[in-house]
Amino acid sequence: MEPVNKINSRTVVIPLDDVDTDQIIPARYLRTTVRAGLGENLFADWRYDKNGTKVADFVLNNDEANGAEILVTGRNFGCGSSREHAPWALLDYGFRAVISTEIADIFRSNSLKNGFLPVVVDEQTHEWLIKNPGAEITLDIESSTLVLPDGRSTSFPLESFSQYCLLNGIDELGFLMDNSASIDAYEEQTN
Amino acid sequence: MSGRSLFDKIWEQHVVLPENSNTPAILYIDLHLVHEVTSPQAFDLLRSNGISVRRPDLTLATMDHSTPTVPVSSLKDLKVVAEPEAFNQIVQMEKNCEEFGLELRGLGNSERGIVHVIAPELGATQPGKTIVCGDSHTSTHGALGALAFGIGTTEVYHVLATQCLLQRKPKTFAINLEGHLQSGVTAKDIILGIIGKIGIDGGTGHAIEYRGDAVKQLSIEERMTICNMAIEGGARTGMFAPDDSTYEYLYGRPHAPQDEAWDIALKEWKMLPSDDDAQFDKEVTLDVSKLRPMATFGTNPGMVIPIDGAIPSPSSSDQGFTKALDYMQLEAGQPLAGSPVDVVFIGSCTNSRLSDLRAAASVLNGRKVAEGVRTLIVPGSAQIKREAEAEGLPEIFKAAGAEWREPGCSMCLAMNGDFVPEGKLAVSTSNRNFEGRQGKGARTILASPLTAAASAINGVVSDPRTFIS
Repeated sequence: MEPVNKINSRTVVIPLDDVDTDQIIPARYLRTTVRAGLGENLFADWRYDKNGTKVADFVLNNDEANGAEILVTGRNFGCGSSREHAPWALLDYGFRAVISTEIADIFRSNSLKNGFLPVVVDEQTHEWLIKNPGAEITLDIESSTLVLPDGRSTSFPLESFSQYCLLNGIDELGFLMDNSASIDAYEEQTN
Repeated sequence: MSGRSLFDKIWEQHVVLPENSNTPAILYIDLHLVHEVTSPQAFDLLRSNGISVRRPDLTLATMDHSTPTVPVSSLKDLKVVAEPEAFNQIVQMEKNCEEFGLELRGLGNSERGIVHVIAPELGATQPGKTIVCGDSHTSTHGALGALAFGIGTTEVYHVLATQCLLQRKPKTFAINLEGHLQSGVTAKDIILGIIGKIGIDGGTGHAIEYRGDAVKQLSIEERMTICNMAIEGGARTGMFAPDDSTYEYLYGRPHAPQDEAWDIALKEWKMLPSDDDAQFDKEVTLDVSKLRPMATFGTNPGMVIPIDGAIPSPSSSDQGFTKALDYMQLEAGQPLAGSPVDVVFIGSCTNSRLSDLRAAASVLNGRKVAEGVRTLIVPGSAQIKREAEAEGLPEIFKAAGAEWREPGCSMCLAMNGDFVPEGKLAVSTSNRNFEGRQGKGARTILASPLTAAASAINGVVSDPRTFIS
């Protein structure tokens, strides 16, 4: 995992609430045994019609989405299935962060383990972001703040260990492995 | 200090290292369930980092999501019926299990089935255990008083490598169930009613405990249906305290403790229920006697109404609601009942157990499925299939014009070749009515096995109470 410190980017807005992981990556694309390539089918059923043609009015098919790394969505993003293919698909497409007023538990956990930043902001900031698609904003991981184009900044919650792992590009497994003596002791005591 | 909840007790028993401001807790996992869809990338990480599986004995592997529901006894058969990607995934699972020394309940195995159906059936799911799986419906196992939750593939890798997970402790949420269910109203209607009440994010960040007077009347299989869909209310885990029904269910099952070990286990299990003065961070009460059969009308499980109700109207600002009704081709203000049905699916980790199949059979017995309605009945496991066959249920289904299939997840998420065609309306006993969940463009109404069977007979979304004498 690459360290992540700051994300500066234009935003892309999908204003819908309750975007579930079946929309992010439909189940029929989970028959892969690798991670790469899922970006092609990110939001597949919203991006392509039944003939595989791009749906003109879906935001990811517009030029303004090109190169944008921050997705802004409605409340409760990533609900539903636990598939880690959802953050993999977002990352593979080129997104590095999602901003909402609420993010589902399993999706949030999966995202952080892949260096994809789930950001929960207050209603007011969220409303501004929804109304201003394409805004150039900064997400600073070290200070866990979001900076709007006019310089206003707002902080967002970021669990301390996840923050440490993001900043240093560390997989949590290392921490578990370093504590194997405690795991051995636990097993001995409970068996 | 207030008393401890069921959740608190299991959590505390499994803390290897407690959490602090810098690091989450290291939580020990007693049972890891593995299936073919969310594990291949985890096995790859083990391989590339030269790590072995720490506790193959605590790992239970099966194949359920991509597997066909037509009879397949060899890889040669599989190659004929499965799409190439599904075939590869199944073959990869066999290789991974062999390489890492895991016993696989694969194709043709007499104990194969949906992962959340077979673990309780084998008695591997037990009160007080921590159970995880790369699948959000792992909450099902909470029906037996286990702390069970879904994880992602990176966490599957962590558990395979260390038998542990890093976790922050969630908040607790008591859902009090009071009253007695009316005839024709089932556990599925209870959980749909709960999700309608709390919303699909009502449980986010929380561990649910279902409590109250109504719990006693619920069988373990009914509790599994209710725990299964905790995640549809946003909660990673949902649980019932173990009681006599739990112990009766488990006694004698192959993986349950035997003889002296049973007596010891029973003593420990009886300590698990929440203390009388346990405090919860959040609490709601649902009077189940007021529930009617429930059915969804939109594109998430919180968009749910009584089967004889009218589809609600969106507020002008609710884009998602309008989009959902457009997708479902349903109109606000109109009744849901009476909508023409193309497909009925009875199965999934929510409703594929013997009691679900018996409920469907009670409606289908001596009747015919309406012309043009494809009715697919998929048992949750090979064992349930055998038990249903011993009772003569498949004869009832086939005589009614329904298809009786091999076990698996099947049409719940349409990965295995079973799907609802574009634009068609399905009444399904599964757990998700998201856009495209049962196939691209498929429209799904979630309901109980009774409601699904009644809708199959009438060819339109139907209230099952008219079939109940």
